[in-house]
Amino acid sequence: MSEAAIKPRIEKIPLKEQIFQKLPVFLVPMLALAGLIAIGNPSSWLTLTVAGLAMGMMIFIMASGLTVVFGLMDVINFGHGAFVAVGAFVGFTVLAWLAGWTASPSVMLNLAAVLIAILAAMLITGLLGLAFERVIVMPVYGEHLKQILVTMGGLIVAQQMIYVVWGPDELHISRPQALQGSFVIGEAAIEKYRLVAVAIGLVLFVAMRHILKKTKIGLLVRAGVENGEMVEALGYRIRRLFLIVFMTGSALAGLGGVMWGLYQETITAHMGSEIMVLVFIVVIIGGLGSVEGCFIGAMLVGLLANYTAFLAPKVALISTIALMVVILMWRPQGLYPVVKAK
Amino acid sequence: MMADALLSLSGVHTHIGPYHILQGVDLKVPEGGVTVLLGRNGAGKTTTLRTIMGLWTASKGDIRFDDHVITRLATPEISRRGIALVPEDMGIFTDLTVAENMILAAASGPMDAKRLSWIKELFPPIGTFWNSSAGTLSGGQKQMLSVARAIIEPRRLILIDEPTKGLAPAIIKAMTDALRELKETDTTILLVEQNFAMASSIGDTVAVMDDGRIIHSGSMKELAGNAALQEKLMGLSLEAHQ
Ligand SMILES: Nc1ncnc2c1ncn2[C@@H]1O[C@H](COP(=O)(O)OP(=O)(O)OP(=O)(O)O)[C@@H](O)[C@H]1O
Ligand SMILES: [Mg+2]
Repeated sequence: MSEAAIKPRIEKIPLKEQIFQKLPVFLVPMLALAGLIAIGNPSSWLTLTVAGLAMGMMIFIMASGLTVVFGLMDVINFGHGAFVAVGAFVGFTVLAWLAGWTASPSVMLNLAAVLIAILAAMLITGLLGLAFERVIVMPVYGEHLKQILVTMGGLIVAQQMIYVVWGPDELHISRPQALQGSFVIGEAAIEKYRLVAVAIGLVLFVAMRHILKKTKIGLLVRAGVENGEMVEALGYRIRRLFLIVFMTGSALAGLGGVMWGLYQETITAHMGSEIMVLVFIVVIIGGLGSVEGCFIGAMLVGLLANYTAFLAPKVALISTIALMVVILMWRPQGLYPVVKAK
Repeated sequence: MMADALLSLSGVHTHIGPYHILQGVDLKVPEGGVTVLLGRNGAGKTTTLRTIMGLWTASKGDIRFDDHVITRLATPEISRRGIALVPEDMGIFTDLTVAENMILAAASGPMDAKRLSWIKELFPPIGTFWNSSAGTLSGGQKQMLSVARAIIEPRRLILIDEPTKGLAPAIIKAMTDALRELKETDTTILLVEQNFAMASSIGDTVAVMDDGRIIHSGSMKELAGNAALQEKLMGLSLEAHQ
Protein backbone atom coordinates (compact mmCIF):
# COMPACT_ATOMS: atom_id res chain seq x y z
CA MET A 1 0.00 0.00 0.00
CA SER A 2 1.40 3.39 -0.93
CA GLU A 3 2.66 5.67 1.81
CA ALA A 4 0.67 8.64 0.58
CA ALA A 5 -2.54 6.73 1.08
CA ILE A 6 -2.07 6.18 4.74
CA LYS A 7 -0.70 9.46 6.00
CA PRO A 8 -2.09 9.57 9.54
CA ARG A 9 -4.79 12.15 9.64
CA ILE A 10 -7.07 12.42 12.54
CA GLU A 11 -9.37 15.24 13.36
CA LYS A 12 -8.58 16.91 16.64
CA ILE A 13 -11.63 17.95 18.54
CA PRO A 14 -11.27 21.67 19.25
CA LEU A 15 -10.76 22.60 22.90
CA LYS A 16 -13.93 24.67 22.95
CA GLU A 17 -15.96 21.66 21.88
CA GLN A 18 -14.25 19.42 24.40
CA ILE A 19 -15.22 21.77 27.21
CA PHE A 20 -18.73 21.96 25.83
CA GLN A 21 -18.97 18.18 25.92
CA LYS A 22 -17.78 18.04 29.51
CA LEU A 23 -19.99 20.90 30.64
CA PRO A 24 -22.84 18.83 32.08
CA VAL A 25 -20.47 17.33 34.65
CA PHE A 26 -20.07 20.73 36.25
CA LEU A 27 -23.80 21.29 36.55
CA VAL A 28 -24.05 19.28 39.77
CA PRO A 29 -21.40 21.23 41.75
CA MET A 30 -22.77 24.44 40.24
CA LEU A 31 -26.24 23.65 41.46
CA ALA A 32 -24.87 22.67 44.89
CA LEU A 33 -23.03 25.99 45.08
CA ALA A 34 -26.10 27.92 44.05
CA GLY A 35 -27.98 26.03 46.75
CA LEU A 36 -25.40 27.05 49.35
CA ILE A 37 -25.72 30.71 48.39
CA ALA A 38 -29.49 30.61 48.41
CA ILE A 39 -29.81 28.68 51.66
CA GLY A 40 -27.06 30.52 53.51
CA ASN A 41 -26.81 28.23 56.50
CA PRO A 42 -24.06 25.63 55.79
CA SER A 43 -25.42 22.92 58.06
CA SER A 44 -28.93 23.06 56.61
CA TRP A 45 -27.30 23.04 53.21
CA LEU A 46 -25.24 19.95 54.04
CA THR A 47 -28.29 18.09 55.30
CA LEU A 48 -30.29 19.02 52.21
CA THR A 49 -27.44 18.21 49.85
CA VAL A 50 -26.99 14.72 51.26
CA ALA A 51 -30.76 14.24 51.12
CA GLY A 52 -30.77 15.43 47.54
CA LEU A 53 -27.92 13.18 46.48
CA ALA A 54 -29.55 10.19 48.18
CA MET A 55 -32.81 10.86 46.39
CA GLY A 56 -30.90 11.36 43.15
CA MET A 57 -29.08 8.05 43.55
CA MET A 58 -32.33 6.17 44.10
CA ILE A 59 -33.88 7.78 41.04
CA PHE A 60 -30.75 6.96 39.07
CA ILE A 61 -30.98 3.32 40.06
CA MET A 62 -34.57 3.16 38.89
CA ALA A 63 -33.94 5.17 35.71
CA SER A 64 -30.72 3.59 34.47
CA GLY A 65 -32.38 0.44 33.18
CA LEU A 66 -35.11 2.39 31.46
CA THR A 67 -32.69 4.61 29.58
CA VAL A 68 -30.58 1.71 28.28
CA VAL A 69 -33.70 -0.18 27.23
CA PHE A 70 -34.79 2.84 25.24
CA GLY A 71 -31.36 3.42 23.75
CA LEU A 72 -30.86 -0.16 22.67
CA MET A 73 -34.21 -1.11 21.23
CA ASP A 74 -36.11 2.15 21.01
CA VAL A 75 -38.65 0.68 23.40
CA ILE A 76 -40.70 3.07 25.51
CA ASN A 77 -41.64 1.20 28.65
CA PHE A 78 -44.33 2.93 30.67
CA GLY A 79 -44.59 -0.20 32.78
CA HIS A 80 -41.18 0.27 34.37
CA GLY A 81 -42.83 1.61 37.53
CA ALA A 82 -44.39 -1.79 38.12
CA PHE A 83 -40.96 -3.22 38.89
CA VAL A 84 -40.35 -0.45 41.41
CA ALA A 85 -43.56 -1.23 43.26
CA VAL A 86 -43.23 -5.01 43.08
CA GLY A 87 -39.62 -4.75 44.27
CA ALA A 88 -40.69 -2.68 47.25
CA PHE A 89 -43.45 -5.10 48.22
CA VAL A 90 -41.24 -8.15 47.89
CA GLY A 91 -38.50 -6.42 49.89
CA PHE A 92 -40.90 -5.39 52.63
CA THR A 93 -42.33 -8.87 52.84
CA VAL A 94 -38.89 -10.37 53.29
CA LEU A 95 -38.01 -7.77 55.91
CA ALA A 96 -41.23 -8.57 57.76
CA TRP A 97 -40.28 -12.27 57.78
CA LEU A 98 -36.86 -11.32 59.10
CA ALA A 99 -38.29 -9.01 61.77
CA GLY A 100 -36.14 -10.73 64.36
CA TRP A 101 -33.03 -9.76 62.45
CA THR A 102 -34.05 -6.18 61.71
CA ALA A 103 -34.96 -5.51 65.34
CA SER A 104 -31.75 -7.05 66.61
CA PRO A 105 -29.03 -4.69 67.85
CA SER A 106 -26.52 -6.56 65.70
CA VAL A 107 -25.50 -4.42 62.74
CA MET A 108 -24.51 -7.53 60.80
CA LEU A 109 -27.94 -9.11 61.19
CA ASN A 110 -29.61 -5.83 60.21
CA LEU A 111 -27.58 -5.51 57.07
CA ALA A 112 -27.96 -9.20 56.25
CA ALA A 113 -31.74 -8.80 56.40
CA VAL A 114 -31.65 -5.80 54.07
CA LEU A 115 -29.32 -7.59 51.71
CA ILE A 116 -31.56 -10.64 51.53
CA ALA A 117 -34.59 -8.40 50.98
CA ILE A 118 -32.78 -6.63 48.15
CA LEU A 119 -31.66 -9.85 46.51
CA ALA A 120 -35.15 -11.33 46.71
CA ALA A 121 -36.66 -8.17 45.24
CA MET A 122 -34.13 -8.08 42.41
CA LEU A 123 -34.63 -11.75 41.64
CA ILE A 124 -38.40 -11.45 41.48
CA THR A 125 -38.39 -8.22 39.46
CA GLY A 126 -35.73 -9.61 37.13
CA LEU A 127 -37.94 -12.63 36.42
CA LEU A 128 -40.96 -10.38 36.10
CA GLY A 129 -38.92 -8.41 33.57
CA LEU A 130 -38.34 -11.61 31.62
CA ALA A 131 -42.06 -12.30 31.44
CA PHE A 132 -42.87 -8.66 30.70
CA GLU A 133 -40.43 -8.54 27.80
CA ARG A 134 -41.57 -11.82 26.26
CA VAL A 135 -45.31 -11.33 26.68
CA ILE A 136 -45.85 -7.58 26.51
CA VAL A 137 -42.92 -5.86 24.82
CA MET A 138 -41.79 -8.36 22.21
CA PRO A 139 -44.96 -8.31 20.11
CA VAL A 140 -44.79 -4.53 19.71
CA TYR A 141 -41.18 -3.90 18.70
CA GLY A 142 -40.84 -0.80 16.57
CA GLU A 143 -44.33 0.49 17.23
CA HIS A 144 -44.19 3.33 19.74
CA LEU A 145 -47.88 4.00 20.10
CA LYS A 146 -48.64 0.35 20.79
CA GLN A 147 -45.70 0.19 23.21
CA ILE A 148 -47.09 3.05 25.24
CA LEU A 149 -50.57 1.55 25.41
CA VAL A 150 -49.48 -2.00 26.04
CA THR A 151 -46.83 -1.23 28.67
CA MET A 152 -49.28 1.03 30.48
CA GLY A 153 -51.69 -1.86 30.45
CA GLY A 154 -48.95 -4.02 31.93
CA LEU A 155 -48.47 -1.47 34.70
CA ILE A 156 -52.15 -1.55 35.58
CA VAL A 157 -52.18 -5.33 35.64
CA ALA A 158 -49.11 -5.35 37.89
CA GLN A 159 -50.75 -2.91 40.29
CA GLN A 160 -53.86 -5.04 40.45
CA MET A 161 -51.70 -8.07 41.13
CA ILE A 162 -50.17 -6.23 44.07
CA TYR A 163 -53.70 -5.63 45.43
CA VAL A 164 -54.43 -9.31 45.03
CA VAL A 165 -51.27 -10.52 46.76
CA TRP A 166 -50.73 -7.85 49.41
CA GLY A 167 -54.16 -6.27 49.75
CA PRO A 168 -55.25 -2.73 49.03
CA ASP A 169 -53.65 -1.01 52.03
CA GLU A 170 -50.29 0.65 52.18
CA LEU A 171 -47.53 -1.15 54.06
CA HIS A 172 -45.39 0.34 56.78
CA ILE A 173 -42.10 -0.91 58.03
CA SER A 174 -39.38 0.73 60.05
CA ARG A 175 -35.82 0.63 58.92
CA PRO A 176 -33.54 -1.75 60.76
CA GLN A 177 -31.84 -0.36 63.83
CA ALA A 178 -28.53 0.16 62.11
CA LEU A 179 -30.09 2.33 59.41
CA GLN A 180 -32.04 4.57 61.76
CA GLY A 181 -30.86 7.84 63.20
CA SER A 182 -28.33 10.33 62.01
CA PHE A 183 -24.72 11.30 62.22
CA VAL A 184 -24.30 14.78 63.61
CA ILE A 185 -21.52 16.81 62.06
CA GLY A 186 -21.39 20.26 63.64
CA GLU A 187 -24.97 21.42 63.48
CA ALA A 188 -25.85 19.28 60.49
CA ALA A 189 -27.74 16.05 60.98
CA ILE A 190 -27.14 13.52 58.24
CA GLU A 191 -29.37 10.48 58.19
CA LYS A 192 -27.36 7.27 58.09
CA TYR A 193 -29.70 5.72 55.59
CA ARG A 194 -29.12 8.52 53.12
CA LEU A 195 -25.39 7.94 53.26
CA VAL A 196 -25.98 4.27 52.59
CA ALA A 197 -28.17 5.14 49.63
CA VAL A 198 -25.49 7.46 48.24
CA ALA A 199 -22.87 4.74 48.66
CA ILE A 200 -24.98 2.08 46.91
CA GLY A 201 -25.79 4.47 44.08
CA LEU A 202 -22.15 5.41 43.57
CA VAL A 203 -20.99 1.80 43.58
CA LEU A 204 -23.66 0.91 41.03
CA PHE A 205 -22.78 3.83 38.80
CA VAL A 206 -19.09 2.96 38.83
CA ALA A 207 -19.84 -0.71 38.21
CA MET A 208 -22.20 0.12 35.37
CA ARG A 209 -19.66 2.40 33.73
CA HIS A 210 -17.04 -0.28 34.07
CA ILE A 211 -19.28 -2.87 32.46
CA LEU A 212 -20.23 -0.55 29.62
CA LYS A 213 -16.66 0.51 28.91
CA LYS A 214 -14.58 -2.56 29.65
CA THR A 215 -16.58 -5.71 29.05
CA LYS A 216 -17.63 -7.25 25.77
CA ILE A 217 -21.27 -7.26 26.73
CA GLY A 218 -21.02 -3.57 27.63
CA LEU A 219 -19.37 -2.80 24.30
CA LEU A 220 -22.17 -4.70 22.57
CA VAL A 221 -24.78 -2.64 24.38
CA ARG A 222 -23.09 0.59 23.35
CA ALA A 223 -22.60 -0.62 19.79
CA GLY A 224 -26.22 -1.78 19.71
CA VAL A 225 -27.47 1.62 20.84
CA GLU A 226 -25.69 3.16 17.87
CA ASN A 227 -26.35 0.53 15.19
CA GLY A 228 -28.24 -2.61 16.11
CA GLU A 229 -28.26 -3.98 12.55
CA MET A 230 -24.49 -3.97 12.41
CA VAL A 231 -24.27 -5.79 15.72
CA GLU A 232 -26.47 -8.49 14.23
CA ALA A 233 -24.45 -8.60 11.03
CA LEU A 234 -21.39 -9.32 13.17
CA GLY A 235 -23.15 -12.41 14.46
CA TYR A 236 -24.71 -11.36 17.77
CA ARG A 237 -28.34 -11.95 18.63
CA ILE A 238 -29.40 -8.50 19.68
CA ARG A 239 -32.79 -9.67 20.95
CA ARG A 240 -31.04 -11.83 23.51
CA LEU A 241 -28.78 -8.95 24.50
CA PHE A 242 -31.83 -6.78 24.86
CA LEU A 243 -33.54 -9.35 27.05
CA ILE A 244 -30.52 -9.39 29.39
CA VAL A 245 -30.56 -5.60 29.53
CA PHE A 246 -34.30 -5.54 30.12
CA MET A 247 -34.07 -8.03 32.97
CA THR A 248 -31.16 -6.15 34.52
CA GLY A 249 -33.04 -2.88 34.24
CA SER A 250 -36.09 -4.46 35.87
CA ALA A 251 -34.00 -5.86 38.70
CA LEU A 252 -32.42 -2.45 39.25
CA ALA A 253 -35.89 -0.90 39.37
CA GLY A 254 -36.75 -3.50 42.01
CA LEU A 255 -33.66 -2.51 43.98
CA GLY A 256 -34.67 1.13 43.66
CA GLY A 257 -38.13 0.20 44.92
CA VAL A 258 -36.77 -1.43 48.08
CA MET A 259 -34.46 1.51 48.72
CA TRP A 260 -37.20 4.06 48.11
CA GLY A 261 -39.56 2.10 50.34
CA LEU A 262 -37.04 1.98 53.17
CA TYR A 263 -36.49 5.69 52.71
CA GLN A 264 -40.19 6.50 52.98
CA GLU A 265 -40.94 3.58 55.32
CA THR A 266 -44.32 3.36 53.58
CA ILE A 267 -45.21 1.76 50.28
CA THR A 268 -48.32 1.64 48.12
CA ALA A 269 -49.26 -0.22 44.98
CA HIS A 270 -49.12 2.98 42.95
CA MET A 271 -45.80 4.22 44.28
CA GLY A 272 -44.20 3.09 41.03
CA SER A 273 -46.34 5.24 38.79
CA GLU A 274 -45.85 8.23 41.10
CA ILE A 275 -42.09 8.04 41.05
CA MET A 276 -42.01 7.32 37.33
CA VAL A 277 -42.72 10.98 36.63
CA LEU A 278 -39.35 11.86 38.14
CA VAL A 279 -37.71 8.89 36.46
CA PHE A 280 -38.94 9.93 33.01
CA ILE A 281 -37.82 13.51 33.59
CA VAL A 282 -34.36 12.23 34.48
CA VAL A 283 -34.17 9.97 31.44
CA ILE A 284 -35.19 12.84 29.16
CA ILE A 285 -32.81 15.33 30.77
CA GLY A 286 -29.93 12.88 30.47
CA GLY A 287 -30.43 12.17 26.79
CA LEU A 288 -32.45 9.05 26.04
CA GLY A 289 -30.05 6.12 26.18
CA SER A 290 -27.17 7.72 28.08
CA VAL A 291 -26.21 6.29 31.46
CA GLU A 292 -23.89 9.20 32.31
CA GLY A 293 -26.54 11.74 31.38
CA CYS A 294 -29.08 9.82 33.44
CA PHE A 295 -26.76 9.93 36.47
CA ILE A 296 -26.18 13.67 36.23
CA GLY A 297 -29.85 14.32 35.55
CA ALA A 298 -30.81 12.31 38.63
CA MET A 299 -28.41 14.25 40.85
CA LEU A 300 -29.77 17.55 39.53
CA VAL A 301 -33.37 16.51 40.12
CA GLY A 302 -32.61 15.20 43.61
CA LEU A 303 -30.74 18.31 44.72
CA LEU A 304 -33.19 20.75 43.19
CA ALA A 305 -36.18 18.99 44.72
CA ASN A 306 -34.66 19.17 48.20
CA TYR A 307 -33.42 22.74 47.93
CA THR A 308 -36.72 24.06 46.65
CA ALA A 309 -38.68 22.05 49.20
CA PHE A 310 -36.73 23.95 51.85
CA LEU A 311 -36.65 27.37 50.23
CA ALA A 312 -40.05 27.54 48.59
CA PRO A 313 -42.19 24.47 49.27
CA LYS A 314 -44.93 25.74 46.97
CA VAL A 315 -42.78 25.62 43.84
CA ALA A 316 -41.09 22.33 44.72
CA LEU A 317 -43.51 20.42 42.53
CA ILE A 318 -42.85 22.36 39.39
CA SER A 319 -39.13 22.87 39.94
CA THR A 320 -38.10 19.58 38.32
CA ILE A 321 -40.29 20.23 35.32
CA ALA A 322 -38.79 23.71 35.04
CA LEU A 323 -35.34 22.12 35.19
CA MET A 324 -36.26 19.82 32.32
CA VAL A 325 -37.54 22.71 30.24
CA VAL A 326 -34.39 24.76 30.83
CA ILE A 327 -32.07 21.88 30.01
CA LEU A 328 -33.97 20.95 26.87
CA MET A 329 -33.84 24.56 25.72
CA TRP A 330 -30.08 24.42 26.15
CA ARG A 331 -29.63 20.93 24.73
CA PRO A 332 -32.73 19.69 22.95
CA GLN A 333 -31.43 16.09 22.89
CA GLY A 334 -30.60 16.06 26.59
CA LEU A 335 -27.25 16.40 28.36
CA TYR A 336 -25.52 13.58 26.51
CA PRO A 337 -27.23 12.94 23.19
CA VAL A 338 -26.76 9.37 22.04
CA VAL A 339 -25.33 8.73 18.57
CA LYS A 340 -27.75 6.80 16.38
CA ALA A 341 -26.91 5.44 12.96
CA LYS A 342 -30.51 5.72 11.81
CA MET B 1 -22.47 -25.29 -13.10
CA MET B 2 -24.91 -25.20 -10.20
CA ALA B 3 -22.53 -27.10 -7.96
CA ASP B 4 -19.67 -24.63 -7.90
CA ALA B 5 -21.80 -21.64 -6.91
CA LEU B 6 -21.09 -20.78 -3.29
CA LEU B 7 -24.08 -18.46 -3.19
CA SER B 8 -27.06 -18.48 -5.45
CA LEU B 9 -30.19 -16.40 -5.53
CA SER B 10 -33.11 -17.63 -7.56
CA GLY B 11 -36.17 -15.55 -8.21
CA VAL B 12 -35.64 -13.38 -5.13
CA HIS B 13 -38.22 -10.70 -4.46
CA THR B 14 -37.85 -8.17 -1.66
CA HIS B 15 -40.46 -5.73 -0.45
CA ILE B 16 -39.59 -2.78 1.74
CA GLY B 17 -42.83 -1.62 3.28
CA PRO B 18 -45.17 -1.07 0.33
CA TYR B 19 -42.35 -0.94 -2.24
CA HIS B 20 -41.50 -3.92 -4.41
CA ILE B 21 -37.73 -3.44 -4.77
CA LEU B 22 -36.19 -6.73 -5.90
CA GLN B 23 -38.32 -8.27 -8.64
CA GLY B 24 -36.89 -11.71 -9.17
CA VAL B 25 -33.12 -11.60 -8.78
CA ASP B 26 -31.16 -14.56 -10.17
CA LEU B 27 -27.52 -14.42 -9.21
CA LYS B 28 -24.73 -16.96 -8.86
CA VAL B 29 -21.53 -16.25 -7.01
CA PRO B 30 -18.91 -18.91 -7.81
CA GLU B 31 -16.65 -20.09 -5.02
CA GLY B 32 -13.31 -18.21 -4.90
CA GLY B 33 -12.69 -15.00 -6.75
CA VAL B 34 -14.56 -11.76 -7.04
CA THR B 35 -18.02 -11.28 -8.42
CA VAL B 36 -18.85 -7.68 -9.17
CA LEU B 37 -22.40 -6.40 -9.03
CA LEU B 38 -22.89 -3.35 -11.23
CA GLY B 39 -25.87 -1.17 -11.94
CA ARG B 40 -27.02 2.41 -11.87
CA ASN B 41 -28.13 4.20 -8.73
CA GLY B 42 -31.29 2.75 -7.32
CA ALA B 43 -30.96 -0.48 -9.29
CA GLY B 44 -31.22 -2.56 -6.11
CA LYS B 45 -27.59 -3.52 -5.42
CA THR B 46 -27.62 -2.55 -1.76
CA THR B 47 -31.02 -4.18 -1.31
CA THR B 48 -29.61 -7.39 -2.80
CA LEU B 49 -26.72 -7.47 -0.32
CA ARG B 50 -29.00 -6.65 2.59
CA THR B 51 -31.40 -9.39 1.54
CA ILE B 52 -28.57 -11.94 1.41
CA MET B 53 -27.50 -10.84 4.90
CA GLY B 54 -31.06 -11.18 6.20
CA LEU B 55 -31.43 -7.50 7.02
CA TRP B 56 -34.40 -7.55 4.68
CA THR B 57 -36.28 -10.80 4.28
CA ALA B 58 -37.06 -11.98 0.79
CA SER B 59 -40.80 -12.25 0.19
CA LYS B 60 -40.33 -14.84 -2.56
CA GLY B 61 -37.53 -16.94 -3.97
CA ASP B 62 -34.58 -18.80 -2.54
CA ILE B 63 -31.13 -17.89 -1.35
CA ARG B 64 -28.73 -20.82 -1.07
CA PHE B 65 -25.34 -20.64 0.54
CA ASP B 66 -23.07 -23.64 0.52
CA ASP B 67 -26.05 -25.81 -0.52
CA HIS B 68 -28.21 -24.72 2.41
CA VAL B 69 -31.24 -22.49 2.11
CA ILE B 70 -30.63 -19.34 4.16
CA THR B 71 -33.53 -17.27 2.87
CA ARG B 72 -35.33 -16.97 6.17
CA LEU B 73 -32.49 -17.26 8.64
CA ALA B 74 -31.91 -14.42 11.07
CA THR B 75 -28.96 -12.14 10.38
CA PRO B 76 -26.76 -13.45 13.24
CA GLU B 77 -27.25 -17.01 11.95
CA ILE B 78 -26.25 -15.98 8.45
CA SER B 79 -23.18 -14.28 9.88
CA ARG B 80 -22.25 -17.41 11.80
CA ARG B 81 -22.30 -19.42 8.61
CA GLY B 82 -19.42 -17.35 7.35
CA ILE B 83 -20.90 -14.37 5.52
CA ALA B 84 -19.75 -10.87 6.44
CA LEU B 85 -21.12 -7.54 5.28
CA VAL B 86 -19.30 -4.26 4.70
CA PRO B 87 -22.35 -2.01 4.41
CA GLU B 88 -22.69 1.02 2.22
CA ASP B 89 -22.64 3.36 5.24
CA MET B 90 -19.75 1.35 6.73
CA GLY B 91 -21.62 0.72 9.99
CA ILE B 92 -18.74 1.87 12.19
CA PHE B 93 -19.47 2.12 15.92
CA THR B 94 -18.26 5.69 16.33
CA ASP B 95 -18.71 5.71 20.09
CA LEU B 96 -16.17 2.87 20.39
CA THR B 97 -12.46 2.81 19.69
CA VAL B 98 -10.92 1.14 16.64
CA ALA B 99 -9.74 -1.67 18.93
CA GLU B 100 -13.22 -2.15 20.39
CA ASN B 101 -14.75 -2.25 16.91
CA MET B 102 -12.33 -5.04 16.06
CA ILE B 103 -12.92 -6.91 19.31
CA LEU B 104 -16.65 -7.03 18.61
CA ALA B 105 -16.05 -8.10 15.04
CA ALA B 106 -14.21 -11.17 16.30
CA ALA B 107 -17.48 -12.70 17.43
CA SER B 108 -16.33 -16.22 18.09
CA GLY B 109 -13.53 -15.42 20.50
CA PRO B 110 -10.35 -13.44 21.02
CA MET B 111 -8.69 -12.01 17.93
CA ASP B 112 -6.11 -14.14 16.18
CA ALA B 113 -2.81 -12.24 16.58
CA LYS B 114 -1.42 -13.36 13.23
CA ARG B 115 -4.52 -12.38 11.36
CA LEU B 116 -4.58 -9.05 13.12
CA SER B 117 -1.03 -8.21 12.14
CA TRP B 118 -1.84 -9.19 8.57
CA ILE B 119 -4.78 -6.78 8.67
CA LYS B 120 -2.59 -4.04 10.10
CA GLU B 121 -0.26 -4.57 7.15
CA LEU B 122 -3.14 -4.36 4.71
CA PHE B 123 -4.54 -1.28 6.40
CA PRO B 124 -1.84 0.55 8.40
CA PRO B 125 -4.27 3.11 9.88
CA ILE B 126 -5.88 0.31 11.88
CA GLY B 127 -2.65 0.00 13.84
CA THR B 128 -1.91 3.71 13.96
CA PHE B 129 -5.29 4.60 15.40
CA TRP B 130 -5.81 1.42 17.40
CA ASN B 131 -6.85 3.24 20.56
CA SER B 132 -8.55 6.23 18.95
CA SER B 133 -12.27 6.73 18.87
CA ALA B 134 -13.54 5.33 15.58
CA GLY B 135 -15.74 8.40 15.18
CA THR B 136 -12.67 10.57 14.62
CA LEU B 137 -11.36 8.52 11.65
CA SER B 138 -11.50 9.98 8.15
CA GLY B 139 -13.88 8.49 5.60
CA GLY B 140 -11.20 6.34 4.00
CA GLN B 141 -9.96 5.10 7.35
CA LYS B 142 -13.51 4.21 8.38
CA GLN B 143 -13.87 2.23 5.15
CA MET B 144 -10.67 0.33 5.95
CA LEU B 145 -11.93 -0.37 9.45
CA SER B 146 -15.20 -1.64 8.04
CA VAL B 147 -13.40 -4.09 5.74
CA ALA B 148 -10.96 -5.01 8.53
CA ARG B 149 -13.88 -5.94 10.79
CA ALA B 150 -15.31 -8.17 8.11
CA ILE B 151 -12.10 -10.16 7.75
CA ILE B 152 -10.79 -10.40 11.31
CA GLU B 153 -12.22 -13.89 11.35
CA PRO B 154 -11.92 -16.21 8.35
CA ARG B 155 -15.05 -15.91 6.24
CA ARG B 156 -16.39 -17.86 3.31
CA LEU B 157 -18.05 -14.89 1.64
CA ILE B 158 -17.71 -11.16 2.05
CA LEU B 159 -20.35 -8.75 0.76
CA ILE B 160 -18.81 -5.34 0.15
CA ASP B 161 -20.98 -2.38 -0.77
CA GLU B 162 -19.14 0.36 -2.66
CA PRO B 163 -15.87 0.44 -0.72
CA THR B 164 -14.43 3.21 -2.87
CA LYS B 165 -17.33 5.62 -2.67
CA GLY B 166 -16.03 9.14 -2.11
CA LEU B 167 -12.41 8.09 -1.69
CA ALA B 168 -9.28 9.66 -3.18
CA PRO B 169 -7.52 7.70 -5.97
CA ALA B 170 -4.59 6.70 -3.74
CA ILE B 171 -6.91 5.17 -1.20
CA ILE B 172 -8.94 3.46 -3.91
CA LYS B 173 -5.73 1.81 -5.06
CA ALA B 174 -4.88 0.75 -1.51
CA MET B 175 -8.34 -0.71 -1.09
CA THR B 176 -8.09 -2.54 -4.41
CA ASP B 177 -4.71 -3.99 -3.44
CA ALA B 178 -6.15 -5.16 -0.14
CA LEU B 179 -9.12 -6.84 -1.82
CA ARG B 180 -6.81 -8.50 -4.30
CA GLU B 181 -4.75 -9.89 -1.45
CA LEU B 182 -7.89 -11.03 0.31
CA LYS B 183 -8.87 -12.88 -2.83
CA GLU B 184 -5.66 -14.88 -2.56
CA THR B 185 -6.82 -16.26 0.78
CA ASP B 186 -9.72 -18.30 -0.59
CA THR B 187 -12.29 -15.75 0.42
CA THR B 188 -15.12 -15.26 -2.04
CA ILE B 189 -16.09 -11.64 -2.54
CA LEU B 190 -19.32 -10.16 -3.82
CA LEU B 191 -18.47 -6.58 -4.58
CA VAL B 192 -20.83 -3.74 -5.42
CA GLU B 193 -18.81 -1.16 -7.27
CA GLN B 194 -19.62 1.83 -9.48
CA ASN B 195 -15.99 2.50 -10.42
CA PHE B 196 -15.71 0.35 -13.53
CA ALA B 197 -11.93 0.68 -13.78
CA MET B 198 -11.57 -0.71 -10.30
CA ALA B 199 -14.28 -3.30 -10.83
CA SER B 200 -12.80 -4.64 -14.04
CA SER B 201 -9.30 -4.80 -12.61
CA ILE B 202 -10.35 -7.07 -9.79
CA GLY B 203 -13.51 -8.85 -10.89
CA ASP B 204 -13.67 -12.38 -12.27
CA THR B 205 -17.37 -12.55 -12.92
CA VAL B 206 -19.87 -9.77 -13.21
CA ALA B 207 -23.59 -9.25 -12.91
CA VAL B 208 -25.42 -6.11 -13.93
CA MET B 209 -28.66 -5.05 -12.26
CA ASP B 210 -31.41 -2.76 -13.30
CA ASP B 211 -34.83 -2.13 -11.80
CA GLY B 212 -34.53 -4.91 -9.28
CA ARG B 213 -33.43 -7.61 -11.74
CA ILE B 214 -30.17 -9.00 -13.05
CA ILE B 215 -30.01 -8.03 -16.70
CA HIS B 216 -26.65 -9.54 -17.57
CA SER B 217 -24.18 -11.93 -16.08
CA GLY B 218 -20.95 -13.41 -17.36
CA SER B 219 -17.22 -13.14 -17.11
CA MET B 220 -15.61 -9.80 -16.40
CA LYS B 221 -13.13 -10.30 -19.21
CA GLU B 222 -15.92 -10.54 -21.71
CA LEU B 223 -17.62 -7.37 -20.51
CA ALA B 224 -14.39 -5.38 -20.13
CA GLY B 225 -13.41 -6.23 -23.69
CA ASN B 226 -16.76 -5.41 -25.22
CA ALA B 227 -17.36 -1.68 -25.29
CA ALA B 228 -20.64 -2.06 -27.14
CA LEU B 229 -22.00 -4.36 -24.44
CA GLN B 230 -20.89 -1.96 -21.73
CA GLU B 231 -22.62 0.82 -23.57
CA LYS B 232 -25.78 -1.21 -23.88
CA LEU B 233 -25.88 -2.36 -20.28
CA MET B 234 -24.83 0.71 -18.42
CA GLY B 235 -23.97 3.44 -20.84
CA LEU B 236 -25.52 6.13 -18.74
CA SER B 237 -24.15 4.97 -15.44
CA LEU B 238 -20.59 4.69 -16.76
CA GLU B 239 -20.60 8.23 -18.01
CA ALA B 240 -22.05 9.48 -14.81
CA HIS B 241 -19.49 7.78 -12.65
CA GLN B 242 -16.18 8.34 -14.39
N1 LIG C 1 -35.52 1.72 3.32
C1 LIG C 1 -36.09 1.92 2.10
N2 LIG C 1 -37.35 2.30 2.02
C2 LIG C 1 -37.93 2.52 0.81
N3 LIG C 1 -37.30 2.36 -0.36
C3 LIG C 1 -36.02 1.98 -0.34
C4 LIG C 1 -35.35 1.75 0.89
N4 LIG C 1 -34.08 1.38 0.62
C5 LIG C 1 -33.99 1.38 -0.73
N5 LIG C 1 -35.15 1.75 -1.30
C6 LIG C 1 -35.40 1.88 -2.74
O1 LIG C 1 -35.01 0.69 -3.37
C7 LIG C 1 -34.42 0.94 -4.61
C8 LIG C 1 -33.07 0.26 -4.67
O2 LIG C 1 -32.22 0.83 -3.69
P1 LIG C 1 -30.77 0.32 -3.44
O3 LIG C 1 -30.24 1.09 -2.29
O4 LIG C 1 -30.77 -1.14 -3.33
O5 LIG C 1 -30.04 0.76 -4.78
P2 LIG C 1 -28.51 0.73 -5.14
O6 LIG C 1 -28.41 -0.04 -6.40
O7 LIG C 1 -27.72 0.27 -4.00
O8 LIG C 1 -28.23 2.26 -5.44
P3 LIG C 1 -26.92 3.15 -5.16
O9 LIG C 1 -26.01 2.90 -6.29
O10 LIG C 1 -27.46 4.54 -5.20
O11 LIG C 1 -26.39 2.76 -3.84
C9 LIG C 1 -34.33 2.44 -4.75
O12 LIG C 1 -35.38 2.85 -5.59
C10 LIG C 1 -34.56 2.96 -3.36
O13 LIG C 1 -35.23 4.18 -3.39
MG1 LIG D 1 -26.33 1.10 -2.81
